[in-house]
Amino acid sequence: MKKIEAIVRKSKFEEVRKALHEADIDFLSWWEVKGQGTARQGLIFRGIAYDINSVARMYVSFVVRDINAEKSINAILESAFTGESGDGRVFVSDIDQSIRIRTKDRGDESLYDKNAK
Amino acid sequence: MENKYFKYISLPVGLALISPATTFAQAVTTAVAPAVAATPAPFISPGNTAWMIVATALVMLMTIPGLALFYGGLVRSKNILNVLMQCFILTAVISLEWVAFGYSNAFGSSTGALAPYVGGFDWAFLKGIKITDVSPYYISQATERIPHILFVLFQCMFAVITPALIIGAFAERIKFRGFLIFSLLWAIVVYNPIAHWVWSADGWLCKLGALDFAGGTVVHINAGIAALVMAVMLGKRRLPAGQHITPPHNIPFVVIGAALLWFGWFGFNAGSGLAADGLAANAFLVTHIAAAAAALSWALLDWFINKKPTVVGIATGAVAGLVAITPAAGFVDVSGAIIIGLLVSVFCFFMVSVVKGKLGYDDSLDAFGVHGIGGIWGAIATGLFATPVIQSAYSGAFNGNPKQLGIQLIAIVATLVYSGVLTAILFKIVEKTLGIRATEEEEISGLDITQHDEIAYSEAD
Repeated sequence: MKKIEAIVRKSKFEEVRKALHEADIDFLSWWEVKGQGTARQGLIFRGIAYDINSVARMYVSFVVRDINAEKSINAILESAFTGESGDGRVFVSDIDQSIRIRTKDRGDESLYDKNAK
Repeated sequence: MENKYFKYISLPVGLALISPATTFAQAVTTAVAPAVAATPAPFISPGNTAWMIVATALVMLMTIPGLALFYGGLVRSKNILNVLMQCFILTAVISLEWVAFGYSNAFGSSTGALAPYVGGFDWAFLKGIKITDVSPYYISQATERIPHILFVLFQCMFAVITPALIIGAFAERIKFRGFLIFSLLWAIVVYNPIAHWVWSADGWLCKLGALDFAGGTVVHINAGIAALVMAVMLGKRRLPAGQHITPPHNIPFVVIGAALLWFGWFGFNAGSGLAADGLAANAFLVTHIAAAAAALSWALLDWFINKKPTVVGIATGAVAGLVAITPAAGFVDVSGAIIIGLLVSVFCFFMVSVVKGKLGYDDSLDAFGVHGIGGIWGAIATGLFATPVIQSAYSGAFNGNPKQLGIQLIAIVATLVYSGVLTAILFKIVEKTLGIRATEEEEISGLDITQHDEIAYSEAD
């Protein structure tokens, strides 16, 4: 099992969500984050243009079976891309165990709906 | 005609403060009898009274919640409650000070050398003022007046908002206790005397002929220069290295606040004629048009200079326009109002975006940049654009009375000097006794939690 985490532009978030859905990833979490990097967010206050040292991004996180990892990574890479500095990152890590609380299923079985497919 | 309310400003700057020795001065009332034969006895007009009760309530709305939200939205989220509390407590404290002796000091009379500088205590706790008494002050309606107690309350709202305007300069870095004592002392030794100079019939500024219809000098220049002095003496906020600007934490609040200021200002300016008549309607008209012109002008400046029209910008422009039209509202027509409004945003924009940065003082919310600069422009503009079409006795330089401009400048300088010096002295007194600058801990944790043990936006649902 792999955990896929991605930091993407807020403006690209809906496309990422849609692309993941098309790649059969229907369980995911996300939250708004602030961070710093090479991208700058320009603002204006009473005639003065300035930038804040933080940019707003979406942080997306989900766990998939190994067979779905590459497919979901590609979905993010394509849907979150603009080519400009600040497009974000995808991180992949191993997951030791996953347990569905309702059924006590462990491992791969906890990550998809057996009855649906 | 010189006995009317708010008109004249004359020469010497007195530092006199409070005189206990007073005699009741009839001079305030109807001493001036122009070339009319018998003036009919003044009486309380129900129509004028109805309007002035509403106007008074509108002016209250300017401080809470108008100014409170305008300033509150501009600060960081850890300081909004502190700003709201400052506005709220000033409404309470200054109102009590006003009936205790503030009104008497500002609008009452005293005798001897102090008479031109400050009123006495004859009207302390409104002693002797009956509900049937007519206001001794009037503008255009000498006969059909309002109750004296209503005039007291109308002016109370002005006394409340003036120290509240200064909050913008020291926001986010002042101890609450120091702020409160400073503001109360400031109301007593700065606001009340200056109101007396300009608006009392005995006031020394009342005789030279400076025009200030609704408080450009007494309220805005006065608060504006006090704001600048406070910003300089308190020092800059402790911000991360290289940061000079803190983004407003809630721009919708700024918009609601500015809109309530705009709305309340109709009471402030159109109420300053103390009657429901054509002069009030004109004040209403020029106030609205100047605010509209200034809002548009700021938005266009933003658009040209920084490529985007900003919401904080248009809201700030509207307030600047309202400030600038305040002294002129009873003297200019709509063409004057448009010019006053269009230009005030240019001056204020330049002040807050260029000059402030060069001089390096930290006027957190631009109280000086908007109220000080806007007020000075308004006072000058009144001397330029006043037209006899509105009030036949008063003309500005563009209508054949160049002397008026010089008189306006004297009034501006006198207010800047007196208010600036006294503010500095009061700051030192409070700093040495109670302490006034917030500690680093207080400033970084935020004034909401450290001064009030409250949090505006709780995590709990």
